[in-house]
Amino acid sequence: MTEPATTLQGAAYDREQVVKIINSVLSKVEGAEGEQSQSIFNEIKELQTIINEARKELGAARPGQINDKHIPDATDELDAVVEATAEASNTIMDACDVIQEKAGGAGDAADAITAEVMKIYEACSFQDITGQRITKVVKTLKEIEEKVQALVKVLNERIPVDDAEEEDDGTVDLLAGPQLPNKGVTQDDIDALLAEFD
Amino acid sequence: MAVDLNMNVLIVDDYNTMLRIVKNLLKQLGFSNIDEAMDGAEAFEKVKQKNYGLIISDWNMEPMTGLDFLKAVRGSGENYKDTPFIMVTAESKTENVVLAKQAGVNNYIVKPFNAETLKAKITAVLGEF
Repeated sequence: MTEPATTLQGAAYDREQVVKIINSVLSKVEGAEGEQSQSIFNEIKELQTIINEARKELGAARPGQINDKHIPDATDELDAVVEATAEASNTIMDACDVIQEKAGGAGDAADAITAEVMKIYEACSFQDITGQRITKVVKTLKEIEEKVQALVKVLNERIPVDDAEEEDDGTVDLLAGPQLPNKGVTQDDIDALLAEFD
Repeated sequence: MAVDLNMNVLIVDDYNTMLRIVKNLLKQLGFSNIDEAMDGAEAFEKVKQKNYGLIISDWNMEPMTGLDFLKAVRGSGENYKDTPFIMVTAESKTENVVLAKQAGVNNYIVKPFNAETLKAKITAVLGEF
């Protein structure tokens, strides 16, 4: 079934109906006499040009890639940030436990060490706060993904989508930032690779 | 009345880091019997099975939030319905605090916080220790 493209005072029109209406108006105005009708005709023509330009721009924005690549990549990166900060926080707190144990139970020095260790613990709550903020951003990205999906569905074949890969001079992927866990090569792999040049 | 530092305390948070921080701060304050839960539903099951002298819970958790957990405790009609409850959360909007208060929270701590704040709020709820 064809998706309704627009609604006017509660009535839904599909794309073909909208095109038919516009063509009908254009033909009537085109056939009319007078300066006023020419002015209306020009305005509608201009509107048509704007719509066509907008379609081209939407197509050039590669809406499919936003959903298939950009948003999933961004959410993966953010998930990796949460995971990495959680790991780092746990390592810091493990070290705090050992320091506290070594400091012993009594005495001014032990008390001072414990007080400082507690400050480190308190500071580790950054992981919880940043985690919550990142979760919010991921939710927002997912909402954008849904909106783009809905937009693509509505405009569908009417957009001349440019799915060609972005131009790459061969250096773009070299600056992609840290690799996600299990995605990049390990230090051992790098050492082995470098050894092959010796 | 002096606070019994041997009382059972339940801490609830979906972030393991936060559970560990609160647990350590509580130990530092002298509490020794501390249980943990990762969301409201798990916490509510624990409350049904054990007598707690204090609950310290995060708000933003799934599937059962801290607020829903608080409402479940207060609305249970059971002997644990009046357990002292402190909400520890990053949600610092006025309406959140009002909602929690209306649901029967005893105190409210905004993250991030330190040991001093935690002690002050526990003192406000349970008395000096």
